[in-house]
Amino acid sequence: MESRLARILIKGGTAFTLAFLYVPLGIVLLYAFSESVGQAWPIDGYTTKWFGIAWRSQDVREALSHSLTVASFATIMALLLGSAAAFAVHRFSFFGRNSVSFMLVLPIALPGIVTAIALNSTINVLGIPFGILTIVIGHATFCIVVVYNNVVARLRRTPTSLVEASMDLGADGWQTFRYVTFPAIRTAIVAGALLAFALSFDEIVVTNFTAGSTLTIPKFIYNNLRLPRNRPVVNVVAIAVLILMLIPVYIAQRLAGSGGETAEARTQAEP
Amino acid sequence: MAVTADHGDAGAGRRASAFLFRHPRAKLSLSLGGPLAWFLVIYIGSLAVLFVTAFWYLDVFTSEIVHGFTLTNFRTLWENDVYRAITLRTVGIAAAVTVTDVILSFPLAYFAARLATPRMRNALLIAVVLPLWANYLVRVFAWKIILTPSGFLNWLVEMTGAGSLQLGRSNWSVWIAFVYLWLPFTLLPIYGAFERIPSSFLEASGDLGARGWTTFRNVVFPLILPGVVAGSIFAFSLTLGDYITPELVGNTQFIGNVIFDNVGVAGNIPFAAAYAMVPVAIMAVYLLLAKRAGAFEAL
Repeated sequence: MESRLARILIKGGTAFTLAFLYVPLGIVLLYAFSESVGQAWPIDGYTTKWFGIAWRSQDVREALSHSLTVASFATIMALLLGSAAAFAVHRFSFFGRNSVSFMLVLPIALPGIVTAIALNSTINVLGIPFGILTIVIGHATFCIVVVYNNVVARLRRTPTSLVEASMDLGADGWQTFRYVTFPAIRTAIVAGALLAFALSFDEIVVTNFTAGSTLTIPKFIYNNLRLPRNRPVVNVVAIAVLILMLIPVYIAQRLAGSGGETAEARTQAEP
Repeated sequence: MAVTADHGDAGAGRRASAFLFRHPRAKLSLSLGGPLAWFLVIYIGSLAVLFVTAFWYLDVFTSEIVHGFTLTNFRTLWENDVYRAITLRTVGIAAAVTVTDVILSFPLAYFAARLATPRMRNALLIAVVLPLWANYLVRVFAWKIILTPSGFLNWLVEMTGAGSLQLGRSNWSVWIAFVYLWLPFTLLPIYGAFERIPSSFLEASGDLGARGWTTFRNVVFPLILPGVVAGSIFAFSLTLGDYITPELVGNTQFIGNVIFDNVGVAGNIPFAAAYAMVPVAIMAVYLLLAKRAGAFEAL
């Protein structure tokens, strides 16, 4: 159906796009082992010394501990509120249901800077000191969406006849949840939580506006990118984060079954 | 979800279950109350504060924020040539990025949807999504390294003997970095659109004598258009709201940079709030048009 020429063009284009996606990541990886502080290509010599320097850096350790704290709390909030919202929207039809599901995706439909400055103004008006708490509030707001999307997608694919059958067989609401509904959506909840964690760990656009002077890993990278002296350490942290991130994402991908939910979650989650 | 009583306490648990079963409203408020309160108070509340802030102004002498009402911020945005140029530049680059991403998405999306084996299709889809999970800053930083005058791109161009290509900090660099960042967002909906076209449509078109290009233009393109528009929403919106990429690889200001500077250095939050209304308004119009094109079903 496609002509020979069309096939060649399509395959060539596919190869180009894949190279475009992966060559930059490969290059960052190589620079993490570069001996010199400069950015000239080709790289002269290779070393692993920057990994040790990064590991001993007080700033990196502080940023890492903040990032892990923030991501944990944001994930817990997102889990509780996101799955509750998914149940409500899926199970019940109520006045304003469409508005609620629209509102839940607003943080990702609006440009990131709008969410960022909106939260910033409110924090200022309320006089809350900037810090871990304000970062968690910001992150939780868009992490909720990730959990919500994952859980609601799974609920839609789980037949309601299972719940009805369970009730017919005499189970009460709690038993039905415990033995029927929960096992069906368990992996979706875990996948959503992992993605929320990864998203929070990665976030910079909103964090910049809600963190004050508190360091997180992305803030550390952001602050040090402009200091040429610190670039090798930034390279190393970047690569470490890159590899660390792949673990939760890979597990989430496996749990969510087809890549569909994860892909969807990510494309809908970029704040 | 709503029922939290422990099963071991059979009597109370069963009574709670039964109560909630008979009172679905109670169950609904239990599960919806938390998230709704969070969103109304924190998110919608913040957007409302932002909207109101846009009408406040700075006292000329003390630089304190005055909680009054003025349209000066919006008038400045409209009448000042500098801000008008920044708005036009941001929208222009956002449009260029969106078009480039859509064009780059076509071959891979088509290949994955129609030519690849199921195994290969899965591998391709994962390959498209994975870079999204690499830290955003790392991905911009990668291009900063590549585009620097002594970097990889210039080396590559010089190797091929085509002279030299030193983009460094420029709008071209911003364009390339944005295209890279948002490509997966356009790829996935376009792939979905290709996948939904039944093969019989293409066969019918061929049987009726249409060549490849004619089929693409008259059959395939109208069918994937909603997917294209859906993908373009992300590429366009994300570019409008970004301030970090222009700062790292560019040498001009974008809407996001002005907002960032006014929150931080200049301390003119009312003006920043007013400028933030511009991408919101542009996106509102864009989403309205996208809805007309049927893009929401293709998301």
